[in-house]
Amino acid sequence: MKTLWAFVLKEIYHILRDRRTLFILFGMPAAQVLIFGFAVTNEFKGASFAIYDQSNDPVSIALGRHMSGSGHFKQTVVAHRTEDIHQAFQSGKIKMALVIPPDFGDRYRSGNRPEVQVIADGSDPNTATTLVNYASMMIAQFKAQRVNQPFHIEVATRMVYNPELKSVFMFVPGVITLVLMLISALMTSLTLAKEKETGTMELLLVSPLHPMMIIVGKVLPYVLLSLINAVLIIAMGVYIFDVPIKGSLIALLGLNTLFIITALSLGILISTRTQTQQSAMLISLLSLMMPSMLLSGFVFPIESMPWLLQMISTVIPAKYFIISLKAIMLKGVGLIVVWREVSVLAILTFVFLLASWKNFKLRLE
Amino acid sequence: MTTIDVRDVYKNYGKTRALEGISLRVEEGEIFGLIGPDGAGKTTLFRILTTLLTPDKGSATVLGYDVVKDFKAIRKLVGYMPGRFSLYQDLTVLENLQFFAQVFGSTIEENYYLIKDIYQQIEPFKHRRAGQLSGGMKQKLALSCALIHKPRILFLDEPTTGVDAVSRKEFWDMLHRLRKEGITILVSTPYMDEAGKCDRIALIQKGRLLAIDTPAGIVNAFEKPLWAVQTDQMHLVLQALRRHANVASVFPFGDVLHLTPKSDFTTGELSNYLLNSGFPGVDISLIPATIEDCFMELMAE
Repeated sequence: MKTLWAFVLKEIYHILRDRRTLFILFGMPAAQVLIFGFAVTNEFKGASFAIYDQSNDPVSIALGRHMSGSGHFKQTVVAHRTEDIHQAFQSGKIKMALVIPPDFGDRYRSGNRPEVQVIADGSDPNTATTLVNYASMMIAQFKAQRVNQPFHIEVATRMVYNPELKSVFMFVPGVITLVLMLISALMTSLTLAKEKETGTMELLLVSPLHPMMIIVGKVLPYVLLSLINAVLIIAMGVYIFDVPIKGSLIALLGLNTLFIITALSLGILISTRTQTQQSAMLISLLSLMMPSMLLSGFVFPIESMPWLLQMISTVIPAKYFIISLKAIMLKGVGLIVVWREVSVLAILTFVFLLASWKNFKLRLE
Repeated sequence: MTTIDVRDVYKNYGKTRALEGISLRVEEGEIFGLIGPDGAGKTTLFRILTTLLTPDKGSATVLGYDVVKDFKAIRKLVGYMPGRFSLYQDLTVLENLQFFAQVFGSTIEENYYLIKDIYQQIEPFKHRRAGQLSGGMKQKLALSCALIHKPRILFLDEPTTGVDAVSRKEFWDMLHRLRKEGITILVSTPYMDEAGKCDRIALIQKGRLLAIDTPAGIVNAFEKPLWAVQTDQMHLVLQALRRHANVASVFPFGDVLHLTPKSDFTTGELSNYLLNSGFPGVDISLIPATIEDCFMELMAE
């Protein structure tokens, strides 16, 4: 026990005395939350668009006002010809165009299904899709306001759990995942590789230290640090971005601890295979950070990936963590509901720990 | 009692042959020196004996324990100081010492008497980080860390490389004091002049042992006469001597040339030869051989 404490103390000295490590540990998470929360967002305000009103009828003018008045769209171009729209798209003046045909007003009044055309800039598909969805909703709304038929059936959509479709709700769990991966896996693989690089591993090996002691002593301070970081990110999410925590806080912390151990075991596994800090860093970034970001469902939905990538994503621990994390934070369910994801995460962790145990070299070869 | 027993050990790194059939025995309580140039295989042998590497062929025991099978037992009993400074540079002197004491389940106080002489010299800097120490102080700290758990054998891989002359002398004095405590010491060095400080030495070159004996025994085994040739035209005289048929070998040795003649050659004949070749004022004297002369001679064989 005394030996373990000596080890932990030494590791804490290492962390506290290295400014770079300290910055990565505490600067990066805060920066990531703020960047993802404020900058990377799918929401938009005042998207510039053009109206080509061929009808020029009181109803069509009202529709145009309805669109501009919402605050989501801002009419920057008045088109008189089809070419005007093309030019405005090419020069980047507009993101979307609304074309109202000449018979719009007549068909509207005669109840003959009036039609409008929405054109969006497909070179940026995400924005285009979002804009078209917003525009369609607004047009439907416009129609509903004006038609007062007694048997009118209206389709009302409601987004549950994240009613405003705030992207920050999505990013907080994602950032927790990335930061825990970064700190736990990258930092442990680096710190073990550093012992090899500076030759201190030789001294640790030629001592009565059990290899388990070396690993646990290395990892324990990072478990605590990662947990502090997880709490920090969640607090930032709650107080700055109003992300709710609907589930139990204990379940949330328990889940975070499990994922921290998963990431640490991956870090140890990587360090058993590398000799230098540089290669440990490269392998960690390529094999852990990238998949955790791209294949976990954080940035891109897994359901729309090709079959092969979907297969790969089944062994990405981050995927199960994000699913459970969202369920607990946003839906407020207990761990029981996500038992399948949590078990998979636990099994993966066990496999990684076993692999790193088997791979830990008792000698220099 | 034999504390280290190496039997016909071979070790390759891929195609590089590091050790080719090394056999040696180190007796309890002696300072055994492994003398040889860089790349001779000294570090590899140290790593095999400290259980960090396994031999490809042959076997070795340390304190009766096999280096492959009983590596755990050996790791508890030995102190190891690698050739490269391998302490935590961002920890202070005291923190390093404390850490290594605790790793072996000991305390600084328990074995302080062992390191007292050497540690007192670095104690004024005990709150300085190890990375900011001078070469000599680093080496004293490394030795203190290797000793703090009172090992039965001390493995010192090139401890005096990159250390100033005064610190080197202090270091060897320290080793002699440790021997009195009953600690067996295996030390390697590329400096031939340190060989005389060991009880016994092994000369190693390209993974093979050239000789194992006491330093005096090795020097006495040098049977040929040895001449020191002193001149102020070292380079030209060296070339002239190498051309002479009766010169067996000649090497520059600091500011003189060491020459071994063939049996039917006298200093007078050599003097005349050099005078005729246009080198007047050359001083030739008969000298006793040093370890380095023996090393050169054995290498040539």
